[in-house]
Amino acid sequence: MAIIETEDLTKVYKGRVAVDGLSFSVQEGEIFGFLGPNGAGKTTTLLMLLGLTEPTRGKARVFGLDPAREPIRVKSMIAYLQENMGFYRDLDARQTLGYIAELNRLPQDLTETRIERALKSVGLDKEAEKKVGDYSRGMRQRLGIAEVLVKEPKVAFLDEPTLGLDPDTTNRIMELIESLCRDKNMTVLLSSHLLYQVQKICHRVGIMIGGRMVAQGPMAQLAADKLGVGKEQYTLEEIYMKYFQEA
Amino acid sequence: MHGIITIFGKELSDHFSSYRFLILFALIAMVSLITVYMAGMTITKELEGVAKPKFVFLMLFTLSGAGFSLVQFVAFFGPVIGLILGFDTINREKNEGTLSKLLSQPIYRDAVINGKFLAGFALIAVMMISIVLVVSGMGLIVMGVIPGSEECWRLFIYLIISIVYISFWLGAAILFSILFRSVATSALAALAMWVFFSFFVSLGANAVANALTPDAGASDPDAMMQRVRIGKAISLASPMELYTDSTATIIDPMRRTTRSLVQIGMMERLSMERFSGPLSLWQSILVVLPYIISLVAITAVCFAVSYTVFLRQEIRSL
Repeated sequence: MAIIETEDLTKVYKGRVAVDGLSFSVQEGEIFGFLGPNGAGKTTTLLMLLGLTEPTRGKARVFGLDPAREPIRVKSMIAYLQENMGFYRDLDARQTLGYIAELNRLPQDLTETRIERALKSVGLDKEAEKKVGDYSRGMRQRLGIAEVLVKEPKVAFLDEPTLGLDPDTTNRIMELIESLCRDKNMTVLLSSHLLYQVQKICHRVGIMIGGRMVAQGPMAQLAADKLGVGKEQYTLEEIYMKYFQEA
Repeated sequence: MHGIITIFGKELSDHFSSYRFLILFALIAMVSLITVYMAGMTITKELEGVAKPKFVFLMLFTLSGAGFSLVQFVAFFGPVIGLILGFDTINREKNEGTLSKLLSQPIYRDAVINGKFLAGFALIAVMMISIVLVVSGMGLIVMGVIPGSEECWRLFIYLIISIVYISFWLGAAILFSILFRSVATSALAALAMWVFFSFFVSLGANAVANALTPDAGASDPDAMMQRVRIGKAISLASPMELYTDSTATIIDPMRRTTRSLVQIGMMERLSMERFSGPLSLWQSILVVLPYIISLVAITAVCFAVSYTVFLRQEIRSL
């Protein structure tokens, strides 16, 4: 079942076409790799799916709902980890997560167990009393992921979730994302430039260049189309570069 | 509604734990205590051996102790409280990247403005109420006069007007924080607005009134009256003037609208007042009601502009 669907989705922003007639869909429980160079319109697409930005033309559906018309219902199902996200510097990790939980109307008893679990998952449980202002870049990134975990969303939009993390933590986070999709049937839209990671965990990828989706599908299929090679003989980077050079 | 309450709670606790609030509160508490103490001492001295006039307790607030009265101080400094509490409401969140995170949670966009405004409003209310209570307590000790029920009511209305007045400045500051991306720019704009309304409106009003009534002078009392009326009408465009006028009427029942024409001292005022009746509470309320409504209306205008600008802003540019 398609959880996210767009049809001819277009956004003109300050006279520039940021997203140009985008049509794609993401299935339930899938990890969809959302690739493309900087400024390709990935973030704009995510914002339109969240109902934070109104599309100029076309339609978007999340669980069959129009995000522009029912932003609250849509946003309550999606967790969005933005790139370079900000934090309230004077709160500690628990307070930060508590605020997110409260904004999402989690019941009190559920909140505490989820916060503890999320802090443990990202390895921040020992530093939870520290003010976020004193956190390092990597710790903030992990806290951002913890925010997603606390929400336990049906869909997660992860924009560079492992930016600035060490390899070990990156692997742990990726495994965590995978297991959430497997066990909780969470759907993930993963946007990242770390193609090796993407290749490891994504089921399908979409490549966006200049506001258009130039390719989407399982990686093996894209490899067969573009590179003419069989299973396990390609890297995502080769596919990506091929499309990028053609565009 | 849920979003508003959550944001309200978070903002309020932020305010209470911020140095900004502590400094503001300490400053106001200090100035009002000194002012009222001086005013109390003056009143006790002047009234020695004289029968106590009516509403002597309220004089604590209107009589200048150390150069200015408490009412004047709030009129002048209250805007700064509102502006300081609000000038970086939205743009700080924009700059730190927390606004888009907040908005990607399941809340309406206006909940952000409402929650933050209400938190500031609550803070202002707590500040003003505690100041007036403390100051009244000190007045009781210094002067040994117990306020009557009418005086309490008048103080209560004074408090409401003050809270609305400071909240207007808070609303204006929030508007600036939406309009300007840079925190420094919005602080500067807020400051400019404050200076404009505190100094230039009355200067401008005088200049216009003088130009319109060139032959007014001691020989022509009618033209003189007209000049004052024109000046008054123009200066009412300033929220500061609205506030000063309304609080003066509420807190000083003996006040006459023409008082600004005649300068008299404390004892003369007291003896004059013995022969004229005070305005009853209801009459005072009737006089100040339009002022209060105007204050609420301009606050609402600030809010309306804030809403339209904020709701139309692209998240991209947030």
